[in-house]
Amino acid sequence: MRDALNQAMREEMARDPSVFILGEEVGAYQGAYKVTQGLLAQFGEWRVRDTPIAEEAIAGVAVGAAFIGLRPIAEMMTFNFSLLALDMIINHAAKYRYMSGGQVRCPMVMRGPSGAAAQVAAQHSQAFESIYAYVPGLVVAMPSTPKDAKGMLKSAIRDDNPVIFMENEVLYNLKGEVPEEEYHIPLGLAEVKRPGRDVTIVAWSRPCVTALAAATKLAEEGIDVEVVDPRTLRPLDEDLIFESVRKTGRCVVVEEGWRIAGFGAEISDRVQRECFDALDAPVIRVTSEDVPMPYAKTLEKAYLPQPEKIIDAVHRVMYR
Amino acid sequence: MNRDEAFGLYKQMLLIRRFEERCAQLYVEGRIGGFLHLYIGQEAVGVGAMSVMRPDDYLIAYYRDHGYALARGTDPRLLLAELCGKFTGISRGKGGSMHFYDVARGNFGGDGIVGGHLPLAAGIGYGIRLRNTDQVCLCFFGDGAVNEGAFHEALNVSALWDLPVVYIIENNRYGMGTSIDRASSVKDLYQRASAYGIPRREINGMDLLAVRNAVTEAIERARTEKRPTLLEADTYRYRGHSMSDPGKYRTKEEVEEMMKSDPILLWGKRLLEQERFTQADLDAVDKEVLARMDETVAFVEASPDPPVESMYEDVYVRSPYINMKAAEKDPAWRAAIREDRVPPALPPPAPAAAPAAAPAAPNPAEATVQATAKVGS
Ligand SMILES: Cc1ncc(C[n+]2csc(CCOP(=O)(O)OP(=O)(O)O)c2C)c(N)n1
Ligand SMILES: [Mg+2]
Repeated sequence: MRDALNQAMREEMARDPSVFILGEEVGAYQGAYKVTQGLLAQFGEWRVRDTPIAEEAIAGVAVGAAFIGLRPIAEMMTFNFSLLALDMIINHAAKYRYMSGGQVRCPMVMRGPSGAAAQVAAQHSQAFESIYAYVPGLVVAMPSTPKDAKGMLKSAIRDDNPVIFMENEVLYNLKGEVPEEEYHIPLGLAEVKRPGRDVTIVAWSRPCVTALAAATKLAEEGIDVEVVDPRTLRPLDEDLIFESVRKTGRCVVVEEGWRIAGFGAEISDRVQRECFDALDAPVIRVTSEDVPMPYAKTLEKAYLPQPEKIIDAVHRVMYR
Repeated sequence: MNRDEAFGLYKQMLLIRRFEERCAQLYVEGRIGGFLHLYIGQEAVGVGAMSVMRPDDYLIAYYRDHGYALARGTDPRLLLAELCGKFTGISRGKGGSMHFYDVARGNFGGDGIVGGHLPLAAGIGYGIRLRNTDQVCLCFFGDGAVNEGAFHEALNVSALWDLPVVYIIENNRYGMGTSIDRASSVKDLYQRASAYGIPRREINGMDLLAVRNAVTEAIERARTEKRPTLLEADTYRYRGHSMSDPGKYRTKEEVEEMMKSDPILLWGKRLLEQERFTQADLDAVDKEVLARMDETVAFVEASPDPPVESMYEDVYVRSPYINMKAAEKDPAWRAAIREDRVPPALPPPAPAAAPAAAPAAPNPAEATVQATAKVGS
């Protein structure tokens, strides 16, 4: 996954001189998570800019440079710290086109790892996609495989809208096939990650991987699960989700965020409304527990959506 | 500066003053809504700075932004239409007073978040460096913004990376009702730049020439040495913070005292004493500006309100990298276009019906005193 992201940036930077990266430790340190490895040597300090620890400046410089036609990639060391840059994204990146009556565009990407890592406690383990997906003017992308990561990051860089591109630290070491040839995957395109007949699970980013693990176990009991990965939350490719639910009649939505006002609630809302006649059970959501992330390993495990919780939810929608 | 140029700057300041006086009136009549922050009293800062910018330079400013757009040459009809929420407005009725953009003139507008546009100015500076041109970016903000974290982050990276940005504090002594004495530990705001090793200077913001000279020097430094500057222009707003502010936190005497150094009066005096203009010249240009305002109001009155469907426009850019089939279920994506919009160049106004026996134009400073009394009570 890490290499796929690196390749996407390397190829896009070679293709378009207006693309540049800025963020904490992206250059000389080779990336806090080594995603930008080798880019400084290839492209030089003006295109791979190490910044001070100043998230508002990182995001704001990206927004300003994008206004005059550059294509910045602002790396957040993790999305937890993007809270310090929220004003730049929500009040500026997402608003200037509108407030100017269409005169301005902001072709930038803000990317970095999001979600829980391993035992880094409450301030370093948060899933904030629901905050960004809430805001009109933004695009929010969350890949779950190396292939998707590369193809979607290329689209994010080339797209002319501000794209919030949320990776997942735990998935950085995930292995997977990546096409040899040049390709990109449009944003707003969902994918069936596992076809099945009995139940639809909608999940993105790390929970999608968890859902696939749960599906494998459920197959052993004879339950055939379909896993749909929306890949992009805004714009949401809802038709693929509806198509799946109309086929299975049952739906579980899994996310790493908190339950209240989490993005899964948006998906459940749409599914129950659009697929009402097809549903054989209420839509059930699996989320993280409604508390800050605890430190202890046992508690951390209990906090997150685990395969067991997903399996339990699937049993419930199947009345088993 | 030659004589014509000096006269032209007088006219610009007067246009801003008369434009805003008319805005205040329209606000009281309920034709302008929302927050209306007037620049009256501060005109020399924007006009002086704009007068030494190049056409290909950039500016980004805060919400007290009418003066910059007018001084940069944006048609007042597009601006007043915006204020009145018309479809013919510069932002198609989506921005209002705080958000005057004119990208064709390098104007990235008015920002409504105190200090929020300073990192963006640094970003414009970064983009200029990356493209390797000799453009500069001017960034205007109030004395309140220096207390925001964004100010410090922006100044630090501007100095660190040698960004061609001129930061200009318009120190009008108050952020809403809070005087700088109650908001800033250091009263000489320009000295804050010393923490970042940035060249800095305090200037008399009521004196057009002082502003011009200081901004010229700062722009030169940005263009040739790629270094930022922090300027503090000491100025004063005669009106309330916005139209809803009666200004109870300062005395009438203080306001009247400051109005003695009114930038338009001072510059007019200079035109009379040093540039051989006559009072009749000044009166004539005032009449011309007032007539222009009448035409401007007439344009706005004939302008349509935005159609409701336009609400969905200008959220996104249509893009080949988005799956539009899915996206287009949302009206904002359906309405997205590929291009950026460019505000129209309006034809010159039809010669306005001569204002019926136009009253002798009052002294601009006096006119403001009267209006302040009326609006503030
Ligand atoms: C971040 C933020 N906080 C508060 C406000 C509300 N507000 C708008 S203008 C203002 C005062 C700003 O004063 P100053 O920077 O001195 O500019 P001036 O209005 O005096 O020109 C305040 C508090 C805001 N718009 N943004
Ligand atoms: Mg102020």
